[in-house]
Amino acid sequence: MTTASTMTEETQPNSRAVGLKMSGALKESGERAALLEKIDSVRQIEKAKLKINDLSFYYGKFKALHNVTMQIPDKQVTAFIGPSGCGKSTLLRIFNRMYDLYPGQTTSGDIMLDDQNILGNNVDVNLLRAKVGMVFQKPTPFPMSIYDNVAFGIRLYESLSKADLDERVEWALQRAALWGEVKDKLNQSGAALSGGQQQRLCIARGIAVKPEVLLLDEPTSALDPISTTKVEELVHELKSDFTIAIVTHNMQQAARVSDFTAFMYLGKLVEYDQTDVIFTNPGRKETEDYITGRFG
Amino acid sequence: MTTLESTHAKVVKKTKNSGVLGDRIFKGTAFFFAAMVLVVLFGIMLLLLKEAWPTFAHFGFGFFYHSEWDVVNNKFGALVPIVGTLVTSLIAIIIGVPVSFGIAIFITLMAPTWMKRPVGIAIELLAAVPSIIYGMWGLFYFAPWFANSIQPMMTSTLGNAPIIGQFFQGPPIGVSIFTAGIVLAIMIIPFIASVMRDMFEVVPTALKESAYAMGSTTWEVVWKVILPYTKAGVIGGIMLGLGRALGETMAVAFVVGNSLELNTGLFYPGATIASIMANEFNEASGLHMSSLIALALILFIITFLVLSIAKWFLLRLEKAQEGSKT
Repeated sequence: MTTASTMTEETQPNSRAVGLKMSGALKESGERAALLEKIDSVRQIEKAKLKINDLSFYYGKFKALHNVTMQIPDKQVTAFIGPSGCGKSTLLRIFNRMYDLYPGQTTSGDIMLDDQNILGNNVDVNLLRAKVGMVFQKPTPFPMSIYDNVAFGIRLYESLSKADLDERVEWALQRAALWGEVKDKLNQSGAALSGGQQQRLCIARGIAVKPEVLLLDEPTSALDPISTTKVEELVHELKSDFTIAIVTHNMQQAARVSDFTAFMYLGKLVEYDQTDVIFTNPGRKETEDYITGRFG
Repeated sequence: MTTLESTHAKVVKKTKNSGVLGDRIFKGTAFFFAAMVLVVLFGIMLLLLKEAWPTFAHFGFGFFYHSEWDVVNNKFGALVPIVGTLVTSLIAIIIGVPVSFGIAIFITLMAPTWMKRPVGIAIELLAAVPSIIYGMWGLFYFAPWFANSIQPMMTSTLGNAPIIGQFFQGPPIGVSIFTAGIVLAIMIIPFIASVMRDMFEVVPTALKESAYAMGSTTWEVVWKVILPYTKAGVIGGIMLGLGRALGETMAVAFVVGNSLELNTGLFYPGATIASIMANEFNEASGLHMSSLIALALILFIITFLVLSIAKWFLLRLEKAQEGSKT
């Protein structure tokens, strides 16, 4: 409680997310010990994969994201929660510059992927997207066989021998927990699979190119509970190899699969912390209201 | 309460009764008109067959492969117009399909928003321009210009190439099989382009974005995802254009030259089935008339075959996709 009130009184919503920067300015007084402990928890982002700095996003003149600053840790799962229209999907679609497809959508600020600013003008967007994979809300198998679906991205960027390609496809399908179900029908159309299988196929397709970051945009919202469980287990499995950012409407899902959770509201990053902190001891009133179901 | 319920029941009963009757009438009418399609189709076929019979009886199978068309001596062979029809349509498709494809892709994927609607509407307007206008433009403007500037260039370059060189020969008069093919291409582009555009528009955004999200270039998205997804519609659009090219009459009659000699050079004037019918129908009688109708029957069959092949091709594609990979 003390922590929460200190936070709200003394800091602007967004500077909460820049906890790391603040820490130097704060004095080590007794009453702030709790706060520092909290900042420490954010500091546990040992190695940041994506460093987002003062990022704003505009649909034409409408400002949809307001000065977001945060760091997404390497080989961890970061969840983005918040009510519809809060900008969480918008934020995700900036990480692979999907917004580039649509004229009139612009950004300011920068995002460092390792040491490269991915919002720079001279970035090869196609290469970036090979590094930052994405899985969408609805399964989107391409109109081709299961094998070709998984091999799609590999063929774009690597020229592997038939044997190596076979091996990679099997690896991706294994990793996506789909191999057992499809190994006898790799030549069948990807559209013939069930919804849950299709989504795992899309995940296999996404990881087949060995991206560094995997973006999941509400990957289970079109799936039944059993398929959802499978995808969630998969997310948990995959974080050993990939940095994962997942947008979800389902707070339980965020609590189950993620290490860090960002709560967004009205285009602003309200709170960002370790998942257990967000769900057990949120620093801000809005977060608490949202996760307890009082709004949203 | 009870009265209210009973009136309610009555109303329901009444509307339901009239609904059933209306449904029956509707079903009967719809069935009648649907059946008319078959009746008309077979009616046309039978009538053509009956009127063309004297020709087939007189010339036998030779009618299909003889190139003579001699009105004075009453000797008729269909080879020249058949070849003319197929070659002009083939040229039209070879030129028209890639251009239409480019137009459709540009409108759906690349054009700035302000441009999409005007270009889309312009294409539909072009499709509505009467064919005789294309014919007159072709005869008075395009053919002379083509004869003076493009044709000499093609003859001096492609004309010297081995094997294909013989196709790029002919007198520099402008009206030719090749000109007819180009004018046909211009005519069918709006059709094919607008069908393709409609097809590309219905590709789900998520599917396109997924392909982009894999790091594909626009070309790869188009070639590997959009085209396979829409192939049935795209082939349908091409067939629509081909059907129009095969049967086009006035525009072709203006620019094809209407010569009934067989030449390998595409720059020689020639004739198509439709153009020869338009030109000779007025003064024909007897065996001549019967031969023209036999030509019509052949055009009918060619169109039918083209459509059948397209359907068969589509079925095979679907099977190939579901079945084993090649």
